[in-house]
Amino acid sequence: MSAVAEVLPGVAPRWLRPVLTYVIAAVALVIYPLIVPDFWAFQIGAQSLFLGVISLSLMFLGGYGGMVSLAQMTIAGVAGYLIAIVGGNSLNFGPLWPWWAAVPIAIAGGTLAATLIGVISVRTAGIYTIMITIAIAMAFFYLAQQNYTLFNGHSGFASILPPQILGLDWRSPIPFYFLSLVVAVLSYALVLYLSRSTFGIALQGIRDNARRMRALGFNVTAHRVAAYAIAGFIASFGGILLVWFNSRISPGTVDTGPIFDILIIAVLGGMRHPIGPFLGAVIFVLLENFAIDFIDRERFNTLIGVCFLAIVLFSPDGVLGLWARFVALIKSAGAANRMTRRPIGDGNSLQPAASGRFIQGRQ
Amino acid sequence: MRRILLGGALSAAFAAGLLLAPDARAQDSLKIGVLATFEGPFAILGEDSLRGANMAFREHKMMAGGKKLDIITGSSDASPESAIKAARKLVEQDKVDILIGPLSGDEGLAMRDYAKTQPQVTFINGTSAAEPTTLIDPAPNFFRFTTNGVQWMAGLGSYAYETKGYKKVVTIGEDYSYPYTQVKGFMIEFCKAGGHVVDKFWTPLGTKDYSSIVASIPDDIDAIYVALGGADAINFLTQYEQAGGNKPLIGGSITVDQSVLSAKGKRRDYLIGTPSAGPLADNWDDPKWKAFVAAYKQSDAKAFNSPTLFSHGYYIEATAMIQALDAVNGDLSDGHKKFREVLSTQVVDTPTGKVHLDHNRNAIGSEFLTEIAAGEDGNLYNKVVKVIPDVNATLGVPEDEYKKTGLPSREAPACP
Repeated sequence: MSAVAEVLPGVAPRWLRPVLTYVIAAVALVIYPLIVPDFWAFQIGAQSLFLGVISLSLMFLGGYGGMVSLAQMTIAGVAGYLIAIVGGNSLNFGPLWPWWAAVPIAIAGGTLAATLIGVISVRTAGIYTIMITIAIAMAFFYLAQQNYTLFNGHSGFASILPPQILGLDWRSPIPFYFLSLVVAVLSYALVLYLSRSTFGIALQGIRDNARRMRALGFNVTAHRVAAYAIAGFIASFGGILLVWFNSRISPGTVDTGPIFDILIIAVLGGMRHPIGPFLGAVIFVLLENFAIDFIDRERFNTLIGVCFLAIVLFSPDGVLGLWARFVALIKSAGAANRMTRRPIGDGNSLQPAASGRFIQGRQ
Repeated sequence: MRRILLGGALSAAFAAGLLLAPDARAQDSLKIGVLATFEGPFAILGEDSLRGANMAFREHKMMAGGKKLDIITGSSDASPESAIKAARKLVEQDKVDILIGPLSGDEGLAMRDYAKTQPQVTFINGTSAAEPTTLIDPAPNFFRFTTNGVQWMAGLGSYAYETKGYKKVVTIGEDYSYPYTQVKGFMIEFCKAGGHVVDKFWTPLGTKDYSSIVASIPDDIDAIYVALGGADAINFLTQYEQAGGNKPLIGGSITVDQSVLSAKGKRRDYLIGTPSAGPLADNWDDPKWKAFVAAYKQSDAKAFNSPTLFSHGYYIEATAMIQALDAVNGDLSDGHKKFREVLSTQVVDTPTGKVHLDHNRNAIGSEFLTEIAAGEDGNLYNKVVKVIPDVNATLGVPEDEYKKTGLPSREAPACP
């Protein structure tokens, strides 16, 4: 895919361009929280990062596996509830274990839940996967809402805070931003690596033609369940960050609204590359925070909806698709430029040959 | 891979957006944030609450203490998470001096905790009515000029026991903090008078089918206390009546509304005499209240027939803020110190009587005990039985003793 480095040809030799891109991105992401006010580091920056992580898990399933699961927020919620129950909360309910025990339990629990959801839903395809995953998601929502012995019903849990390690309060804006950044970068790298691994290639093969892959001797079901498990692993990290960010979790966290938000973010950003969900999350968070400033208070949700519609309407591939088209446009403009600069004689001399080929072809 | 560069470009865009963000703080104006639920299940109520706040602002020509009021609105969907996100944006990005809100109970609890992390801003409640917001571990910069859900029940428990003669009741309410608070308010007086609450039924918000609860209501009770609201109340009452239920009712603050009062036929006769209590009463015969209702109806083409609890509450909070700002001439330069002192000690004259704050910065104000009656035209209405002035947060019980009953929950308090 073409990107900034190719839009500006001649800036650097070809081999250096990807390296340069990474360096610029890394510097920008590290400097960003240090130069902006806390609100931008915490509410915009960190929130975009962990929502991007949860959405990335959906992108991995949907983009590489062809399985659109609406239960990714639920898996994040399972991990979030686990960290609340195991790791301590305002009610002092649960075993109150330290973070180094609670975090692995939450991740393992989320991954396990994802695997079970995978086992149940892999035998369906297309719209039926969406149906069955949303059914599971709603079942979990109602369970959390009505169960008081474990989930504490409608109120859920409050005061769930990240630990104080190395003398740092990890919920203060800048440390929390960097915590989210590390998780986001690692998840991104994991998905990128997997997409090029044997497993990832096989998964993409299954997405494109499951029957042929089965004939070739691949265990299609096992690959799909594994994809669910990996996506669940990623979503669990996002879920823990989400709960630490809000410092609380309640059934509202896994209600229909947030479930669809994750899908919207993935679609907005684009499902064909792991950077898509993060772009989608940035746009989503900015709209959610600032739409109310641009338009009457009764209508600001309309503005959010119109933006989503516009992006999806003009680019079925989300922002990534828009970008790819923009790059293609620049390139073709560049090519056209080179064409017009050619001597006229050159252009003329092409024509007889071309028509000659055309006549030959007809014969 | 190269798309990472995009991330960088976007970060730069953030920074650019920041530079554009308005941060000019003119000395002759004050930034006021108003936070309410403009989305989600309470969107209609959120709009009405802003109507109330705007009435107060307009009454004072958008001025307070000689400074222009610059109003910025924020929206939540009634969940604590969304309320805090909106508050963070108003406080940390828009840099408001004073924040009015939120609307609902759980949001208020979250706001109390957030207020503690932002000592430079003064937080004034909207209509959030959860009891622990001010009773337990209150924030020094959070002020509540509206009474809470326990106070709204003042007078109802003893009226039900003494005047109505109900000795044994069951309660039914939705399974979350607000109905817990209402049931507690009712039981404080009812249990003290000698009554028994035999059983409590909790149903999820939005329950459609109450048949299992209707079937398990015991026969040997005198009345049913219903803390349900809106469609839940209608559904329960209809199903209870269809199942042949005939026990008298006692209503919570939002149970008996216009949709319940418009009942016809047998249920109409059955509802007459149902007592309830709350912070306002539509049909109160007080000239000041009537003037307020008239002003409310004129304020906006979409206004209801009578102000709701929410427009009333936000109006009071905004009025209290303006009055205190006038007293300090709009001067907040001492870290809001004088302003907060005035807030804590002033007496606010509201359409529903005088209000002042207790040592936890919770309102002490009037409550209304009402009863459903048939008017001359045959329509049902809430007749004001009694106005109870100066109701405090513990309903007259000493605070230490009151705290022993426990925070409102599914179990507490209990007097089976």
